[in-house]
Amino acid sequence: MTKQEEVINASQALAGLRVLEYSQFISGPYCTKLMANFGAEVIKVEPPGGDEARCHPPFFQDIPDKEMSGLFLYLNTNKSGITLNLDNEMGRIMFRELVKQADILVENNPPGTMKQYGLDYESLKQENPGLIMTSITPFGQDGPYSRYKSYPLNTYHAGGEGYCLPGGTGWQLNPDREPLKAGGYIGEYDAGTVAAMVSLAALLKREFTREGKFIEISQQEVLLSLMCTELGRYSDGWAESRATRWFPIAGLMQCKDGFVQVMPFERRMWNGLVNLLGDPSWSKDEKYDFANVYGRPTKGTGITGVGGRLQIQEEVNNILAEWVLQHTKEEIYYGAQERGTAVGIVCTTEDLLKSKQLQARQFFIEIEHPKVGKHPYPGLPFKMSSTPGQLKRPAPLLGEHNEEIYCHHLGFTKQELIQLREAKVI
Amino acid sequence: MNRSKEDGFLSHIRVVDFTTNLAGPYATRFLRMLGAKVIRVEHGRRLDVLRRRTESDFNAVNPGKMSITIDLKSPKGMELAKRLIKISDVVVESFRPGVMAELGLGYDVVRDVKPDIVMVSISGFGATGPERNFASWASIFASMSGVSYLTGYADGIPTEFRGTFDTRAGQMAAFAVMLGLTHRQKTGQGQYIDVSAIEQQICSIGEVVMDYTMNGRIGERMGNRDTHKAPHNCYRCAGDDCWVSIAVGNDEEWEALCVAMGQPELFEDDRFKNPLSRWQNQEALDEIITSWTVGHADNEVMEILQKAKVAAMPVMSAPEIFEDPHLQRRNFIHTVEHPQIGKRFVFATPWRISGDPSYVPKRGPLLGEHNNDVFCDLLGMSPEEVSRLIEEKVIS
Repeated sequence: MTKQEEVINASQALAGLRVLEYSQFISGPYCTKLMANFGAEVIKVEPPGGDEARCHPPFFQDIPDKEMSGLFLYLNTNKSGITLNLDNEMGRIMFRELVKQADILVENNPPGTMKQYGLDYESLKQENPGLIMTSITPFGQDGPYSRYKSYPLNTYHAGGEGYCLPGGTGWQLNPDREPLKAGGYIGEYDAGTVAAMVSLAALLKREFTREGKFIEISQQEVLLSLMCTELGRYSDGWAESRATRWFPIAGLMQCKDGFVQVMPFERRMWNGLVNLLGDPSWSKDEKYDFANVYGRPTKGTGITGVGGRLQIQEEVNNILAEWVLQHTKEEIYYGAQERGTAVGIVCTTEDLLKSKQLQARQFFIEIEHPKVGKHPYPGLPFKMSSTPGQLKRPAPLLGEHNEEIYCHHLGFTKQELIQLREAKVI
Repeated sequence: MNRSKEDGFLSHIRVVDFTTNLAGPYATRFLRMLGAKVIRVEHGRRLDVLRRRTESDFNAVNPGKMSITIDLKSPKGMELAKRLIKISDVVVESFRPGVMAELGLGYDVVRDVKPDIVMVSISGFGATGPERNFASWASIFASMSGVSYLTGYADGIPTEFRGTFDTRAGQMAAFAVMLGLTHRQKTGQGQYIDVSAIEQQICSIGEVVMDYTMNGRIGERMGNRDTHKAPHNCYRCAGDDCWVSIAVGNDEEWEALCVAMGQPELFEDDRFKNPLSRWQNQEALDEIITSWTVGHADNEVMEILQKAKVAAMPVMSAPEIFEDPHLQRRNFIHTVEHPQIGKRFVFATPWRISGDPSYVPKRGPLLGEHNNDVFCDLLGMSPEEVSRLIEEKVIS
């Protein structure tokens, strides 16, 4: 960190907070990334072969190199990286030393892994009673599934949302096909966010109690919670599925150069949309008034417009579909929104980088990395007025901060570091 | 203040909750579950959209909160809101940007009332920028953030989402509150936090964005498939619309799957001999696997394969979730009694804290249920004063 960066960092929300991460892939690393964004000093402990995310695409120029994974580069900004072999006794002793200096430890290894190493919470708190240890696993630390094997696909589909995807047109076109996971790995990120939130809540309480805590996060329960309203309807026997979720009017529609999400769910929005279409003569007919198109919302189903008359809705959908197909996503988006109607572009990653709104808010932030160069990264998840956070340092190279951490924090000499390396401890 | 160990992490925090619908209430749902006292400011004639739709949805996302009713458009109502803010720590709101200021409760005003307040606004596009006032709902958060485009069959259209993109914004806003409170605890300073549901969601597809910024490649839909693992899909099982997800990450798991399906010869099949060839021939692979899974219930497949150390889970539907032995053992599912809608299933917290008593599930508040608690007990008003304000429709 440069002097100037240190000054900025000292005023951040989490300045002075020391976080140790022993995590793989996404959930744990995203949890600590969220903290590192806002000033926490995060030390990422990797096994000598590195976090498995290093071997995961996308790679810069498709070169499969441990320093060039876009996934790893994105998830580990602002962190220091060290390597440590926990299979080695010296490695475990050094890990304990690092834990002594930490406020929060975040790990996402299978249940029992840390205990095997003698590095479970009960053991670590002996030396650091204020330690907050957060463990993220697919199904929690106990219960019949806790030791089950689960890749992000499996965890996601155990979380309730997958059974309902795709709804709407996607289901109508493919009523017999398999349920879908959401794009990317968003279910893994969800767990990281909740883990970060609860860890900081524990930290707030520690100011009064001086006591640490062990927090366990079940990814499945994080996902089910996101569906709490939909799943709560099962109390009445109403079970959501791909077949129950559609917007009777508009919704996802194909346009000239892509797709748009059209949602004219209020009278003024419906009128705005009709106006965008040029107030065609059919729209003067009372039959196409908002009230007749939408009908009364049906209680209990959560679907807007089910009470409308199917025949009118079908007519309207056909008219809309034809018009939308002849216009570009920007024409429809800006045209509708200027008239107060809720419409979204179904953005590609290219659209995101071109978005005027995201540019005006300086959402993307360029970061220079020694091996892949300078690229825009998705920036901070929200804007804070006094402690804005910053995204400055690129993800660490494998073992990049071994000397800094082991020599400066733990007091090893450079000579000892060489010996540790030879003994395959780091 | 009682700060015994049994209290939740946020037992010293009071939140004034001006949010409606789903995103904001989900943020304060987590704050409440962490022990904060959450007071929802509602309006008797302009009902929360969830209350209008179904009390069940409202109940699910507002457990254990208090509800008071104030007409914020009346000067006296505004005065009540300010008195409440004066003794609170956090304000959360989810109006369209600018609406709080129009009401007379913009951050500058709120800060004058309570200088160290942590105020969080949740909106689709954020509180600044040329598109800040654009209309949006959860489906639009999903579409504008890029997730809709990335979700779908490889040969199909993008996918529209529903409420989970509200709740995702809410959970991030709850994290933002923690940051604000941490800074306040250290420095005594409050601040304003602007959460854009779209921006926070883009943060969850970081690697797809990086593929574009590093390589110029636009991320596309790929169903349930993975960039290099195969098999990696959902497979039809016995029963009506029953499915199981199966993912294989290495040769060892592949061999175990072949044996578990009773087809050990597949392991010798040239089409599937290594990860790359399995990935290239995954359509054939999917057919073979389906021909086995259709003969079994989804949880049978799970049990057989998990025993063989292969990752497999049912694609869980609502009935499966509420009957799931794992979730029951973990006490995740509870029933509460609601005076208007009867027995409701509700969820516990998706976290457990060592040494702390487990979360006691609660129902959502009735409209204005806590008017007396808040106006009399908390703000020290007399019952006569409250009755007068009710007559004047200030308490509405």
